[in-house]
This record gives sequence, structure tokens and C-alpha cells, in this order.
Amino acid sequence: MCKPDQYHSLYKHHFLSPELRDLLRNARSAVIQVSDRLRRFSLDPIMARLVLSLITLLILQSVWVTIAFESKHVEEFSEELLLKPLPDRKVLAHFHFENRAPPSNSHGRHHHLFPKAISQLVQKFRVKEMELSFTQGRWNHEHWGGFDPLSSMNAKPVGVELWAEFDVPQSQVDTSWKNLTHALSGLFCASINFLESSTSYAAPTWGFGVNSDKLRYGSLPREAVCTENLTPWLKLLPCRDRDGISALMNRPSVYRGFYHSQRLHLSTVESGEEGLGSGIMLEQTLTVVLQPDSISGEANIQPSWSLSSLFGRNIVGRCVLAKSSNVYLQLEGLPSHELKNVDPETEADKFWKNAEFELSLKPDRILREINSFLYMFDIDKSSDREPFDLGLTWKLPSKWSCQQAPLHSTRFLMGSGNERGAIAILLKATESQEKLSGEDLTNGRCTIKANIFQIFPWYVKVYYHTLQIFVDQQQKPGSEVLKKINVSPSTDKVSSGMMEMMLELPCEVKSAAISIEYDKGFLHIDEYPPDANQGFDIPSALISFPNHHASLDFKEELSKSPLLSKFKEKSLVRSYTEVLLVPLTTPDFSMPYNVITITCTVFALYFGSLLNVLRRRIGEEERYLKSQAGKRTGKLKQLLSRLKAKIRGRPIEEAPSSSTESQTEVQSSVFSSKLLFKIILVAGAAAAWQYFSTDK
Amino acid sequence: MTTTEKRDEKEEVKTDDGSPKIKSRPIVQLGIFLISHSPVFSVVFSAAGVLALLLLPLLAKNTYISENALMPGSARSMLSNRDVSGGSKLVKDIKNHEGQGVEVQRLIGQHMSEMGAEIYYQKFHPEGNQFHPLRFFSGPDSDTLMGNVSCASYGVNVAGIIRAPRGDGKESIVLVTPYDFINGGDYEALSLGIASSLFSLLARVTWLSKDIIWLVADSRYGDYRPVAAWLSEYHTPSFKVSDLLKCDEINTSGSFRRAGTMAAALVLKVDGRSERFEDTLSIYAEASNGQMPNLDLINVVNYLAVHRQGFYVKVEKVVSLLSSSWLKIFGEIFEAVGKVAHTLNPNWNFGIPVADYLEASATLASSLYSQALGIPTGPHGAFRDYQVDAITLKVSPRFPPDSKARQHDFFLRGAQLLEGTIRSVNNLLEKFHQSFFLYLLTSSSKFISVGVYMIAFALLVAPLPMVAASLYIDGCNVLTKSTSNPAENLKSWKWLGAAKQVFALHLMGFIVSLLPYFICQVPGQHSPTNRSIMWVTTSASLLLITFVTIPGCSPFSSRLHGTKWAVLKSVTISAAFIGLCLMSIINFATAEIGALLLVPMCLMVRPIKPDLRSRRMKSMLRALCSMVLVTTGFPVMFFAISRGLTGKGLVGLSLGGEFWTWLESLWAWKSATYLYIGMVHLPCWLLCLCILFNPS
Repeated sequence: MCKPDQYHSLYKHHFLSPELRDLLRNARSAVIQVSDRLRRFSLDPIMARLVLSLITLLILQSVWVTIAFESKHVEEFSEELLLKPLPDRKVLAHFHFENRAPPSNSHGRHHHLFPKAISQLVQKFRVKEMELSFTQGRWNHEHWGGFDPLSSMNAKPVGVELWAEFDVPQSQVDTSWKNLTHALSGLFCASINFLESSTSYAAPTWGFGVNSDKLRYGSLPREAVCTENLTPWLKLLPCRDRDGISALMNRPSVYRGFYHSQRLHLSTVESGEEGLGSGIMLEQTLTVVLQPDSISGEANIQPSWSLSSLFGRNIVGRCVLAKSSNVYLQLEGLPSHELKNVDPETEADKFWKNAEFELSLKPDRILREINSFLYMFDIDKSSDREPFDLGLTWKLPSKWSCQQAPLHSTRFLMGSGNERGAIAILLKATESQEKLSGEDLTNGRCTIKANIFQIFPWYVKVYYHTLQIFVDQQQKPGSEVLKKINVSPSTDKVSSGMMEMMLELPCEVKSAAISIEYDKGFLHIDEYPPDANQGFDIPSALISFPNHHASLDFKEELSKSPLLSKFKEKSLVRSYTEVLLVPLTTPDFSMPYNVITITCTVFALYFGSLLNVLRRRIGEEERYLKSQAGKRTGKLKQLLSRLKAKIRGRPIEEAPSSSTESQTEVQSSVFSSKLLFKIILVAGAAAAWQYFSTDK
Repeated sequence: MTTTEKRDEKEEVKTDDGSPKIKSRPIVQLGIFLISHSPVFSVVFSAAGVLALLLLPLLAKNTYISENALMPGSARSMLSNRDVSGGSKLVKDIKNHEGQGVEVQRLIGQHMSEMGAEIYYQKFHPEGNQFHPLRFFSGPDSDTLMGNVSCASYGVNVAGIIRAPRGDGKESIVLVTPYDFINGGDYEALSLGIASSLFSLLARVTWLSKDIIWLVADSRYGDYRPVAAWLSEYHTPSFKVSDLLKCDEINTSGSFRRAGTMAAALVLKVDGRSERFEDTLSIYAEASNGQMPNLDLINVVNYLAVHRQGFYVKVEKVVSLLSSSWLKIFGEIFEAVGKVAHTLNPNWNFGIPVADYLEASATLASSLYSQALGIPTGPHGAFRDYQVDAITLKVSPRFPPDSKARQHDFFLRGAQLLEGTIRSVNNLLEKFHQSFFLYLLTSSSKFISVGVYMIAFALLVAPLPMVAASLYIDGCNVLTKSTSNPAENLKSWKWLGAAKQVFALHLMGFIVSLLPYFICQVPGQHSPTNRSIMWVTTSASLLLITFVTIPGCSPFSSRLHGTKWAVLKSVTISAAFIGLCLMSIINFATAEIGALLLVPMCLMVRPIKPDLRSRRMKSMLRALCSMVLVTTGFPVMFFAISRGLTGKGLVGLSLGGEFWTWLESLWAWKSATYLYIGMVHLPCWLLCLCILFNPS
């Protein structure tokens, strides 16, 4: 992202930077504090003085050391806030914090401003570039824009998205990714570690926009985003949310918003010099879309707002560690033909105080862009007594629309039932399409290129041969529209599927649709999440337009603002589709008792009959039964005869039954030993079967 | 002693071929016992089955909310008077434009978009339910098959979507209000008022986690069709060119929008004036083939309507049963028994008052009937085809439609009821799965679960296998005695001849049930009566062909088979048993009612000739019984009788037409009852007829 030459220009910076001033100030106060403490302990005054002078010396020395090194290893932090009223009566606030650590010797590294956790992360896992975003709510492409750097960089899919590029040999990329997910999971209090499993991430080759084979991408659509994720993110800032622009982040007002995306982007910058490591650039952004409370009665006037009404807090001063802290206000769709004619020198007031709207503060600078104005405010002047509370008051109803991406994409599921379905991606031409200049004129034909990148979880078994493409409601063969396609099919329970395709559509296209069929898979009982009956998520697809780049084009020369230079860079226009919810068949978890009963019954029946078959010998059993029956009738007869005998008073004749009894006894003992042997045999067979059936 | 043993052995050899067993197992003994006393047991079981059915109202349990997440009524309603007056305004506007179809649609669309919803119009064809015999159980398919379409008749649905502010857009809740844009209707407009009040509330609340879709279905072609067309477009769109787009009366250029997987749907209708003092709410839940929505949905609506809004909630019932004297007698008996039981043990509280019993029975009968018919009782049926839980709520206000003063209150309460329901569904993390899907309602707050109502059916069909086995043994014995030819004496194949006949008649039944499709294809306009005559003649000729071609099939065949009817009856009963059991899985209510008809008929039927010849009182009575049962068992006859019972007397040829229309509606709605009648009931009835006229 950041090029080396840019970096060098940053080194040439004025000597005594604000943080150095602060450092000196801090040192002085520390000395005073120590002397106070020593006095309190009533030490020997001479001794105390000696100690004091020693401390002062030490501190001074450290300061000088830092000053000496500063020219080479400057760590810069800047904070910026961009405010932008949106056409649908909402306000976008985009916080941008940038932290740069210059290249330095990788041994014995020490940071002043740069968060140690991140630099350790980069060193340990050799991360080349990484982006992590936590998002809640959906970006409204129609109203909030889809063709400006802000939306193409900050409109993120719901939940957590993480991608990282590593600087390790190809074989170690996966392990690095796994370790990184665990580290980030701990760092940001989120279940990013679920991206560790190979079923949840993919390795995009070209569809993602970054061409690298060491890139891994994964997203967790169901991750709930809340303050517990914001707090560790704020901890990475030197002033946290105590001071400066980040003090605005009042949790209730931030999370009351319609969209909330917190992003962390880090990239390493090779120094090019021998012996030096690489520099790290950490970019933290928070994008919030808020609805100002409109008190005004008139419905068509945009609501007026101020920082304090939006956030419930004020900016009372800059973060002293920041190199620059600015607030920008971007107004789109102003009657520019009126304002264009205004001379910025003489009638500057007209820009911010006119018939249409009024700003509560005078901007320090006004930047003009093709279809918007950017008002710059320096918050240096604000203090506790006079907080920086920028407000915008609309006086006349105004309407404008944001720039749209060339095609508006929606994705939905088709079909019904628990067996199969289809995924459809629908691309619709937006109104602004004609005005765009990004079309590619190849072979004399004007075409729009669109990349689609999609991950399919393995339980959505996609049949890639069923891919159908409709352009302007007419089915087109793949060879005509499909420029490039890369498919990696999923493996059950092992890896997720991935599809990258490049469509080349004619410029005058009105709509294009892609549909692809899938079968729903069956999960193992322990693979179901706790709320299985909700259904399963298919992560967002990414639609990007490789020939379209969004950037803000300023007429004036820019100051060294990281945010604006970021906007000035050309960024790929991309939009994420909705997350889809696929209902899968779920077992009835609420009835374990039934399940246990049924399985036990089945087992009992199975093993009972099996044992019966193995154990029984029909012939012998019959003989045994017969003898038993004979005996029984004999006994009855005996009893009767006994009775008779008693009645008659005669002695009884003994029946020769002892021999048969002994025989049966012998039989039964033989039986038992055989039985035992057979049971062991069956058990062994069952164990072997179990062993071979489980181990594929 | 020895002589007796020898005799025993001889007997064993006789009874069981070759395998001498002294004492069979208890279960076999029980089976033999049941089979040998089958007449007694069949009477006992059948009577118990009918009694169990009559006892069902007593066994009904109170409904309870099974899913804890629903929490109905725990939140205070946020509906304000402003929302309601918005609804009133819409109703007034609609009345001003009444009859001007397009204007009203535009008006509603405008009203929706003013509230902040995304709107679109969808055009559909009025006729969509095309019968196809081979596509009975397949899922709903798209309307692509329709050939040339005319712009003369098409409907336009208006739909609006409110996106949940912080939701992820994976799920949605649908609210449907059918409205006839051409003919209007004062009461129907009120449903739009309620929905609009609710919609304007939902557009500004922050607690939504699922998107809300409000569909104003164009009900000029019936309530069901527009909803089905919309759902079909939602789930199975065709990306091909639709001819309807050219019919441009209203601008439908806005694309069809979707909002994820549907969690639940509510259909709201306002019709007629309530006869009671309170406003009445009727709940309709039966979808196609007796499928029911999850009981929790009904519970939530019932709970909120009764305990929060004070509606009088009712479920459809068979009114004629309320005044039937025989049911009253049963009710009195049950009440008396309940009282006696209560005096014996105060914990036995199963007795209910006669009035309650009558009410519950009438509701149960209606519930059974609607499920058995397999035709959805409202537009909610269309949702069930996509596994979406849906119910229709019909609200009847107690005031005339032009009463402005009451209207406000009515809107408020109706919208609050819907708000509470939607809020409960919104709370759901998973889809409805906790509560019952298989149940019968005896009142809006009482239900009979599958475990209880299965008993009645099980008791009814239990005698069938017993009687079949006993008849088979009898028939075999008689056959062995009668035939001297040993080659024909293969014992295990005796059923083959009978099975051939049964199979032939079932095949015929299958063909007969396919015939209406081909009759419909006959060119030219035919009245239903003509069509039914065509059907009857083709069926009769088919029957004759069957009798002629397959020897031994005809009851009038010259080949005398003595007591062959016993084996035939045994096979018939087996076939009926299998058919009923299969049907009980597909649609329980059909199987239950079918069993009530089939079981007595199959059990009672005997050749009529010997009975008539014997001229004994008992056998005459028996003959009469079988005659009556076989007559009522004829589907047309039963249809006529049920018509007569419900007070629509029909005679002669118009009956045929009426029956034809009824059957046509059954197959048009893809009701499995139609298949049951054609493939189980009709063949069994024919077989019974064969047995009845058996010349033995």
C-alpha cells in the first residue's frame, strides 16, 4: 500500500516534533514528582539532591538518545475524522488512525507509539499484509455510495473478515495463518480462531484483487460485534479513547448506528537497506453511519447535527502524540456550479455559510473535488473550555445521490426443501453506469469486467457444471461471457470450495444473472453448532470491478494527510453481497431420550438375535426341551401317583430319573464353556468391525 | 404314558410342517390367540378406535409457548397514534380512489416508500395451478412453463421491504394483506390500514433483527394465487424474458427485491362484521396436505389476542355438529363419567361440560376435515410449500366499516397484535422448531398432539392384519380340503391368484386417477357434468376390460372358486392396511377418515348370495350391513352423503358435476387425498364389491 519513496519523504520532517516536546515536558514533570517524593520522605537533603541530579541526568540522556535517533526512526501517528452527510438523512463518520513504524533493526526493537502487540504479530508470523474487519449492519450501496474510496475500502461483509498475506515459504503459509488466527482471536476477544479450520478459509488466486499465492482469506458471518472488540482495538491507539478524536467514541452512540465497521489494516514496508527490517504501517479505521435526531418539522430538509448531538461527546483537544489531527467534512452534491464560480480567496465565507447550509465553525481549509467539497478543520485550537463541536445546519431542502458502482449486486437462494437449491447472483446496471469511464475497450467493444469471488462451505455441495449465465434475460454460453474461471471444489469435512470468475459484460448491459445449483450436505451430529436450527451461513461473495478504480481527485495540492492521500490513491471498486442463510436438515436435538431409547432397542434387537442365532442349536434344544417336557409330565405323573399312593397307602416306585439329570448337567456345563467362547468371538468380531469401520 | 406321548408327537407334526415344537413362544401364542379370536377382537378394536376418536376432545391439552425466546407480550407496544392515523389516512385515500386499480397500487406503493421502505411491483398470471399427474409431490416450480400470455388479465402485487437497521439481512418476516384493487371492499381496506399502521411503526424501530416484507396481494384472482405467484418469483425466479414486462400499465421497472430466508408469515384479512360483542379473530392454519405451521406461532397469536388485545379468538368449526343430538348424548355420558371419577378421586379431572365437549368436537371435526381435504384454508398455504410457517388471521370488527370513531381503536389493537407477534418472531434466533407440527386443534388454546390422536387410528386399523391372517388360514384350509390336485396345493402360493386380482384393480385405480388429466386435455368446452360422465364411462369400460382380460378377476366369472373369496378378502384387507398406513404418514387426517370408511367395509363384507339363500335373520342382517357399508363406501356416494349432511342436497347428474369439480379442486391443489381416493379407496371398494357379489 505504502511505497518506499513515500516513506523516505516522511523522514524529512521538522526536527522537534510534538511528541518530543511532550517527552521533554514529561521528563520535567517526572523530575519534579521525584523531588517531591524525596522531600516527603525527608531524606538527607544532600543525598536527595544527588539522587535528583542523577535522575535528571538519566532522563535527559534518554531524551537525547531518542532525539538523536528520531531523524532516522520516526514513529508517526495521525488521527483523522471524516464526516459526511448521506442522502438518506444519515451521517457517516469515518475515523482514521494511522500508525507508522519505520524500518529498524529487528533485534532489540523498541517502540514509542507503535503497539508492541502488532509488531510482535508481524515479526512472529511474518505477515506481509493483513486486514481484519468487524462489521455490524449492511452497507447501503444505493444510498451511501459504491464508487468512492470510502465505500470500496470500508463497506465490509457482516461479521468478521480476515485476510492476510505472508512472507514465508509456501509450505508454511497455512500454519502461519492458523497461528495468526489464534493470536488475533486473543488480541481482539473474538472467535477468529474458528478460521483456523481448513473448512473455513480459502486461498484466492486472483479473484480477490490481490494476486498472491500466499494469501489466505476467511470470514465469519455470524460473529457478533460489540464493545469487547472495540476496546482492544482502541488499546492499540496511543491515546486510546481518552484524548483526541477517539474520545468521541461513546459506545452507546457508536453501536446505535445503522452500520458499524471497525477495520485494522497493516502492511509491512521493505526498507531496502541491508540489516534493517521492514517498517510497519498500521491503519485503523472505524466507519459508523448514524442517524441524527431530527427535531425539525419539515420532512424534506436534511437533519441538522453537530458532533455532540451525534456522539454525545465533544473533542476537547488533540491527542498530543499525534502528528496531525484533523477533522474533515465532505459535502457531496452541492450546487457546485454556484460555488465553483466563487472565488476562494475573497468570498471564502460563502463556502461554509450560505443560503443552503451553515457550518458552526470556520474551516481551516477548503478542498475541491470533482463532485464534492472537503472542509478541513484543525482541532488543535480546541480545549476543555472551548470544545471542538462541529455542526451542520441545513436551511434548504437538498437532494443528491451518491456515485454508484457500475453494477449493483444481490445474491439470493433459490429453491425450497432440505435437499437441494441454487445460489443466484444478480447484477443490475445502476444509473451512473453510463458516466463511468472505466470501461475497457477491447476489440472495439466496450466491456465491463466483473470479478466474482465466492467461498462455499463444504456442506453446500456446488455443482459447477450447472453454472448458468443470463445476460439481459438471455442465457449465454460460458465461453461468451466468462473470461476466466478458477474453481477449487470442496472436500467433505476437509476444505471449503472456492470459485473465482471474471465476467466480461457489454457496457450497455442491463442485468446479468448467474445461478449455480447445489446439494445440501449432512453434517455429523457433533458438527452442528449450538443453534443449528437457525441454518448455516454462506459467506458474502465479493464482486470487484478490475477496470474501475475509485479515487478522489483534488484540485488543490494536498497537505500530508494520510487519510486524503489514501483517498487519492486509486482503489479497486468492490462490493460485498449479502450473507445467505441455508436451512439444513437438523436432527431433533431436544429428544436425546428418544434417541437413546431407539438406539438401545435397535442394539438389543440386533445383538440379541445375533447371539440367538450363534448360540442356539435347534436339534439339541429340541431334545432338551423334549426331555424337559417328558420330565415335567413324569413329575406330574409322579405327583399324582404319590397322591394315589398316599391315598391308597402304598409305597412309591422310584422313577429312573437321576441319570438324565446328570446328563443335562454335563450338557449345561459344556454349553456354558461353549457359550463363553462364542460370546468372546462375537465381541471380538464386533470390536474388529468397529475398529475397521471407524478408521477409514 | 407312552401312547399319549406318541399322540402328542403326531399332533405336532400335523400342526406345524416338519418342525416339532412343544410349546411356542408367548408372542407367537398371543398372535395365534388374536388370530383365532379375530372377530371378537376386530369388533372390540374398531369400537375402541371410534370411541378413542370421540374421546379426543377430552384428551386435549392446553397450549403453551414452548420456545422460550418468543417471550410474547413481554415488551410494551411502541405503536403511537401517529402511526395509526397514517393508516387511517391511507384507508381514506384508497376509498377515494376505489376501483381505479393502478391508482390504488401506486398510492400504496407511494405510501410505503414514504415510510422508508424499498418497494416494487410484481406482475403475475392469474392461472398458475396447472395439474400434472406426475408432479404430485415435487416441490413448487417456477411459472416458466406458461406459453403465450396475454396482457388482458394479470395481477400486480405491491411489496415493500423494511431493512432491519442493524440486522444482517439473512432472515425476514412477511406480512400479507390481500386486497382487490378493482372491486375494493370496505372491510378489506381496513386490513391495509392495520398493516400500514404497523409498517410505519416498524420503519422507525431499532429492535428489528429481521427484515419485514409487506405484500399487498392483488386478490382479484383469489387470495391464494397472488401470494403463490409472489413466492414462486421469490424462490424460483426465471431469468429469462417475461412477456408480462411488456404489458406496461404500471411502471414495474424496479427489480424484484428479496430479503433472505423467511422466518414466518402472517396473512391478515378483515372480513365481515363480528356477530359477537367483541372483535373476532379467526385463525386459519391448515396448509396443503394437512401440513400445519408450528404450534408456537398459533400460540403466540392466541396469547396476544386473548390476553393483550381482548379479541375473541376462534378456530373454524363444523357448525352442524353443535346441535347434533348423538354427540350431545356422548358428551353427557363423558361428563357423567368424569363426575363419577372426580368423586372417586379428586385428582381425576378429565370430565368437561357438554357444551365444551360439543364445541371441541365441532372444532376437531373441522380441523380433521380441512387437514383431510388437503386444500389450504387460506393464502398461508402457499408459504408452507416453502417450509415457511404461516397462518391467516381473519379479523371481524364489531362496527360497520364506515364508523370512523371505532376505526382508530380497531387499527390500534390490530396493529398491536401484529406488532407483538412480529416482535416475538423477531426474537427468535432459530427457526420455529420447538413446538409441535403434527397436531389437531380443538379450540384456539387446546390441541391434541400426534401421540394421542394416533391411538384412535392405530386401534381402528389394528384388526385388519388380524382378520387378514385369520381369513388366510381359513381360506387355505378350505382350499386344501377342496382341491385334490397336489400341484395346485402349493400352500405358500395360494394368495397369488388373489393378489393378481388386487394388483390389477389397484393398477386400474391408478389409471383411473390419471384419467382426469387426459379428459382435461380433450379439446372443446365441456361442463363438469359432461366431463364426469366421460370419466365414468372410460373408467367403467376400463373396469370391464380388466375383468375380461384378467381371468378370475370378475365377480361374475364362470370359474367357480368355492371359498376363494376368503383369500381374496384377506389380500384386500392387507392392501387396505398397507394403503392406510402409508397414507397416515402422508396425511394423517385423510387416513383417519378413510379408515373410518374402509375398515368396517373391509371387515364386514361377505358374499351376499349364501347369506340371502340361508334366509336366516342373522345372515340377512349381515348381508344388509355389508350392502349398506359398501354403498356408503363408494366415493361418490360418500361425497353425496356428506353434502347432504352439511345441508347441500344434490340429486342426479348435477351430483356428478359437483363431484368432478370437487375432485378437480383436489388435484389442482396437489392434495394427496386425491391419490388416496384413486389408488387406495377406489380399488378396495371395487374389491369389496367383487367379494360381495362373489358367486359362492
